[in-house]
Amino acid sequence: MVTNITNLGRSGLSDWLIQRVSAVVLALYALFVVAYLLFHPNLDYATWSGLFAQTWMRIFSLLAFISMAAHAWVGLWTVSTDYLKHTGVRFGFQAVVILAIFVFLVWGVQVLWGA
Amino acid sequence: MSNLQVSVYRYNPETDSAPYMQEFQIDTQGRDLMVLNILTMIKDQDSSMAFRRSCREGVCGSDGMNMNGTNGLACITPLSAVVKANKLVLRPLPGLPVMRDLVVDMGLFYKQYERMQPYLQNDSAAPAIERLQSPEERDKLDGLYECILCACCSTSCPSFWWNPDKFVGPAGLLQAYRFLADSRDNATQARLAELEDPFSLFRCRGIMNCVAVCPKGLNPTRAIGKIREMLLSNAT
Repeated sequence: MVTNITNLGRSGLSDWLIQRVSAVVLALYALFVVAYLLFHPNLDYATWSGLFAQTWMRIFSLLAFISMAAHAWVGLWTVSTDYLKHTGVRFGFQAVVILAIFVFLVWGVQVLWGA
Repeated sequence: MSNLQVSVYRYNPETDSAPYMQEFQIDTQGRDLMVLNILTMIKDQDSSMAFRRSCREGVCGSDGMNMNGTNGLACITPLSAVVKANKLVLRPLPGLPVMRDLVVDMGLFYKQYERMQPYLQNDSAAPAIERLQSPEERDKLDGLYECILCACCSTSCPSFWWNPDKFVGPAGLLQAYRFLADSRDNATQARLAELEDPFSLFRCRGIMNCVAVCPKGLNPTRAIGKIREMLLSNAT
């Protein structure tokens, strides 16, 4: 048993499961958005805005944003513990990544419910 | 034209400040020799050349090394399988400290193997004669018990290169599953608990370098997947 306190779920198993489930959510969201754009070749602002005005789309989008946040943290935490051997550099990198994820997540909520 | 160009990694910590590559010309007389034969011929030219070897038939696992960029056992690797453009480059197994020339310090590798407690554990009362297995239960150990601990797999794994002190590596994990899959072992919960953290098993990214190089044709990635399934069904 190797001890860790900075990974997402404090357990390799939960991190692995979160990584896999969030990947499925992100794949579904990406497929949906690409399909939507293909079926609306002359997309205007009103249609696009109308899509995101619907509650189900906001829930789907928030789910995708949260999945993105979890997926990014698990992945980049792994990268940092593989390649950054100096504790100070690694902790600094992890702090910057978690701050960026937090900012993007709050910003995403503001975009979805702000307008 | 039958002269083979061989470039060998040399390092003697007592006399060399840094490792270097030494060139040799080896006359193979057109024969498709094993790489180990070439090393023996090099040792005839330069007796200071150091490498490990013992059984010379792929059973002991002593002569694992990197041949033209791929890990394998020198004794069962024919020249025709690795030589390109009449050139052979021999290096020690990557990622482990070099003690001298092609001899590496296997300490970290063995430490991870030892951590997997590679022996049967059973705290139930011993039967009068022996713990029996059905043929089906025995079949589950095929593809697991054959490992000779040559370290070709673990030293071809980037996850093991970056975290050899924390990630068990494919060889150790194959053995972990060998005992998890054994019907006579009942330390399953303790074995799984040892592997649940983010490094010991989950640092495997499934790139299958281990499968590509295993001289015994074993599949550590599949064993790691099976352990993951056991962990998952145990915890959900």
